[in-house]
Amino acid sequence: MKYLCLAYGDQSKMEALSSTDMKAIGRECEPHMKELQGSGHLLSDQGLTWEVTSIRPKDGKVSVTDGPFVETKEHVGGVFFIEARDLNEAIRIASMHPAAHVGEHLGWGIEVRPVAVMDPK
Amino acid sequence: MAEAGGSAQRVQDTVDAVYRSESRRVLATLIRLLGDFDLAEEAMQEAFAAAVRQWPRDGVPANPRAWLVSAGRFKAIDAIRRRARFDASVARLEQELEAAYGPDSGDAARDGSGVEDDRLRLIFLCCHPALAADAQVALTLREVCGLTTEEIARAFLTTASTLAQRIVRAKAKIRDERIPYEVPAREELADRLDSVLRVIYLVFNEGYSASSGASVTRSSLSEEAIRLARLLIELLPEPEAIGLLALMVLHESRRAARVDPDGEIVLLADQDRSLWNRDQIAEGVRLVEEALGSRRFGPYSLQAAIAALHADAASPAATDWEQIVGLYDVLARVDPSPVVELNRAVAVAMRDGPAAGLVLVEEIIGRGELSDYHLAHAVRADLYCRLGRREEAAEAYARALSLALQEPERRFLMQRLKELE
Repeated sequence: MKYLCLAYGDQSKMEALSSTDMKAIGRECEPHMKELQGSGHLLSDQGLTWEVTSIRPKDGKVSVTDGPFVETKEHVGGVFFIEARDLNEAIRIASMHPAAHVGEHLGWGIEVRPVAVMDPK
Repeated sequence: MAEAGGSAQRVQDTVDAVYRSESRRVLATLIRLLGDFDLAEEAMQEAFAAAVRQWPRDGVPANPRAWLVSAGRFKAIDAIRRRARFDASVARLEQELEAAYGPDSGDAARDGSGVEDDRLRLIFLCCHPALAADAQVALTLREVCGLTTEEIARAFLTTASTLAQRIVRAKAKIRDERIPYEVPAREELADRLDSVLRVIYLVFNEGYSASSGASVTRSSLSEEAIRLARLLIELLPEPEAIGLLALMVLHESRRAARVDPDGEIVLLADQDRSLWNRDQIAEGVRLVEEALGSRRFGPYSLQAAIAALHADAASPAATDWEQIVGLYDVLARVDPSPVVELNRAVAVAMRDGPAAGLVLVEEIIGRGELSDYHLAHAVRADLYCRLGRREEAAEAYARALSLALQEPERRFLMQRLKELE
């Protein structure tokens, strides 16, 4: 099974960090990131910028707007895919990610979402 | 090249087969060696990944399980070293591991001794009384039977997320409360075995209780419970474990007859007995005799003995109701409960007539203990019916219907009510 993991963070708090603080957090993250990468279960991992453009149908046309659909403090700052036997294994592996250990004061956290498998029937 | 590809496929097939037959044993041993559920699971997965890489090159080892345990242990030590840089408690674990299972220390896992004990330890750990009943079930199905979280969630009609949390919390509890990984000592064994048997029977009943929709997944739960009981008996041939297996096999023998083609319930008395599985009945009867012969039997063996008498009878009338009442008498002494009394009353009604049974049922309900139990009212309704007291029967069926929750049971009761109108 494949699982999509969304790493969240509080955008305003993270943008307010000094570069020294950023570097310190980066150092804290490093061993966790290494562990996740060494797990053999990580399929891909990408960090995101905060820029959001939303696209949806409106009055039969494609409508493009600035910003996310829902205004919240926490936004997705990173996405990674993992391969796991089941949800509990996915949780164990996703728990290696820095956002499960570091950045409590920055609203960090991870959502694990199973990738839908189409029923062949 | 084509041949090399073919042999790589063969090795992959071997690894898959070894995963199916050995992964639970390997996991059970690694939990003992590493003292941590999650670490053991991670180490096992890495060991199998290493097998996929190395076996095509080096050949399949003579003892794949010992190879996997050994590889898993080294992988775990690597993982601990990686983690030790930022987690002091893990650093301590590394030292303990090195001291206890360092390269020079003897390793029981290598020669395979103690491996079966590890599986038994795992069963007792997953069914530990400190864990909530639903957590025991989830943990046992995942760790001992090898089901995935998603499969268990589907079978129990809950979400994978809910079930996953249950497992995560149970594992955290095992770790935090340092629940020991051991087969209980003799003086504790009876109580702890009870808890294991309860989990197995719960899994079985979840798969046996008539339900629509997910019925296929659910019958596989019953099969899983029977497999689990067989494993338990192989490891620990206690009479009550044998009795439970007998009970489940005898129930299972009637599966094809207990629901009609439309998915409606068919009561024992109305079942087409030619649909009963004779091989399962023969096995069940043999197991009952074994359990009863031990003279150390308990409630499961007694229930199995009752089920065996039903299985043995060519028709409801030809059933040995005298002996069934006698067995319920013993059961009521060994494991007293109002439900046992209710079942005894049904048997008395078959032996001595509905009026005799009704006196007992009214008395049980009158005590208030089963006044909200739909089956007690259904039994009462049936006995009134057989006495020709239609009004009281209809009243009791209506009461039963108001208390019943399962859809097939509700349909059954509604049908009875309609027949009375």
